[in-house]
Amino acid sequence: MLKFEHVSKIYKTGTFGGKELHAVNDVSFEIPDGEVVSLIGESGSGKSTIGKMILRLIGITRGTIELDGVNVGALKGSELKEYYRKVQGVFQDPFSSYNPIFKADRIFQVIHDEFYPQVSAAAWTEKVETALKDGGLNPEHVLHKYPHQLSGGQLQRFLIARALLLDIKFLVADEIISMLDASTRIDVLNLLADLKTRGLSILFITHDLSLANYISEQAVILYRGCVAERGITEKIFNRPLHPYTRMLIASVPRLDRKWDTEISVETKATPLGALNGCVYAGRCPLAFEKCKQRPPEVEVEPGHFVACWKVEEI
Amino acid sequence: MLQVENLTVYYQTLKGQVRALENASFTLADGEIMGLAGESGCGKTTLGHSLIHLSPPMTHIGGRVLLNGQELPLTDMQKMDAYRFNEISIIPQYAMNALNPIRKIGPMTEELLRAKKADVRTVMAALKDRLEMVKLPQEVLNLYPIELSGGMKQRMVMVLSTLLDPELLIADEITSALDVASQKAVAEMLVEFRNQHCCNSVIFITHDISILYQIADSILIMYAGQLAEKGSTETIIRNPRHPYTRMLISALPEIGVRYSEKRLTGIPGKTPLLLHPPQGCRFRERCPLAFEKCAEVPPFVEIEPGHSVACWKEGSADA
Repeated sequence: MLKFEHVSKIYKTGTFGGKELHAVNDVSFEIPDGEVVSLIGESGSGKSTIGKMILRLIGITRGTIELDGVNVGALKGSELKEYYRKVQGVFQDPFSSYNPIFKADRIFQVIHDEFYPQVSAAAWTEKVETALKDGGLNPEHVLHKYPHQLSGGQLQRFLIARALLLDIKFLVADEIISMLDASTRIDVLNLLADLKTRGLSILFITHDLSLANYISEQAVILYRGCVAERGITEKIFNRPLHPYTRMLIASVPRLDRKWDTEISVETKATPLGALNGCVYAGRCPLAFEKCKQRPPEVEVEPGHFVACWKVEEI
Repeated sequence: MLQVENLTVYYQTLKGQVRALENASFTLADGEIMGLAGESGCGKTTLGHSLIHLSPPMTHIGGRVLLNGQELPLTDMQKMDAYRFNEISIIPQYAMNALNPIRKIGPMTEELLRAKKADVRTVMAALKDRLEMVKLPQEVLNLYPIELSGGMKQRMVMVLSTLLDPELLIADEITSALDVASQKAVAEMLVEFRNQHCCNSVIFITHDISILYQIADSILIMYAGQLAEKGSTETIIRNPRHPYTRMLISALPEIGVRYSEKRLTGIPGKTPLLLHPPQGCRFRERCPLAFEKCAEVPPFVEIEPGHSVACWKEGSADA
């Protein structure tokens, strides 16, 4: 289980680093074993920052991230290497994840040299082929090729196969399907869903609500680094309570229903610096005096949390 | 009204010709918003661009385009200049980078109008109303592009592209880089522009069919450089006839559809390379209905009024 406790990430900005940008602001949630949790938010909501903190690509300013009781932020040296055996990430642009000069399967060789030097070359080849098959690829068609000879969907599955070679427990999937075509994205999504049966937990970072709804057990709706609403996916989608979630769900283009043109989409940005209050107040149609204070997270029904002062009235 | 007849455009490369657009024929009525959809590499952007700026390596192989009965001088860069921005305008993909970063938006707009020999004073007056339509404050004219957010830049480019009330507006993937809320706002503004006659007909290029269902009057589906199906939005979504359209629509995860309850499937295989495309129907290799006849190119025929399909299984009785 991966556990976030009051995690914040503050970037120093401005010419002399005198200004602060709260990319992630006091976020707490849990990802149980064998579950897919979607992290939903628009650009700038801090969703990728959360993924990078789990992968230790950037530091944590405040709070702790724990994997099975171990503080991730404090890992060093060989402990950190062991951590990467268990936790891996796949990112949005498959083409920039590879070095174009080398063949794509070099990523497997690197894993072999770094983590399993004791495994013989023949046994390793067999392991790679099994992992590729698990990733829905035919090894004969995809091995010994350069990245430009493979499609985006194939490269993305390569990266998932690479993660599988490490017997990982946790995968950070950051917008991994947004660059794929409609006809192939669903296959990659199904592959992720199948990995759950191996006991893998996944943090599925996305801005696409229908994808999140399709795959995840739990969802976290993030706005400006703060959790607006979180809990069991079905409950959030069937009964969205936070004004931001409601606006998002009403904006999703659907094939079974036309947009409700009555619900206005406020696109203006919130003035920065409203840190002590509700970060959504500047855009919120329901905002009132009390929104100058930060609303606490309230459990409105079992497994459904909302951070909004007006939640009682909605 | 726009008529495209047998338009064929290839890309000239060192390895040979890339057959990006093959024999495209369709019409676009006055005031119609036509969605042009397909996967990456299907030729949708090529089609859009060839109507406004057909420059090397794009090569015009055949066919013609008529705008209000007048044939466009597609291959003549100088003569086309009279049409660009005046009659035919485009909102480019990556509109975020379409604004000159070292000029304030107001002066940049004036320069643009002067270069196009438009009546600067009246158009600049009209600009104020247009900004209001897209909910941008007048102050943006005194700002540099970097001071605007992505959604604001997108709306600014939309205003600029339609300043001279073009007959045809090509919107290339204008919602793709935006989050759902801005997507809805921009799409609805485009419809409003059409309703207010800021532009006449619109070709809305996108890979996202569910957006088209919200705003388009008709949808044209392309696959690997060939037209697959065209019809009214309702027809394409509810009653698609081309196997590719059907599979594409069924591969879309809808809100409410969950993996545990209903597992969706993608389309097996991948799109052919257009340098040496397969003979006949290019969807043949991935099509579950393919038979011998598909080795010939299926004609794009009207099977009912306003609904055309390019598939051998459709014209015959066993469809």
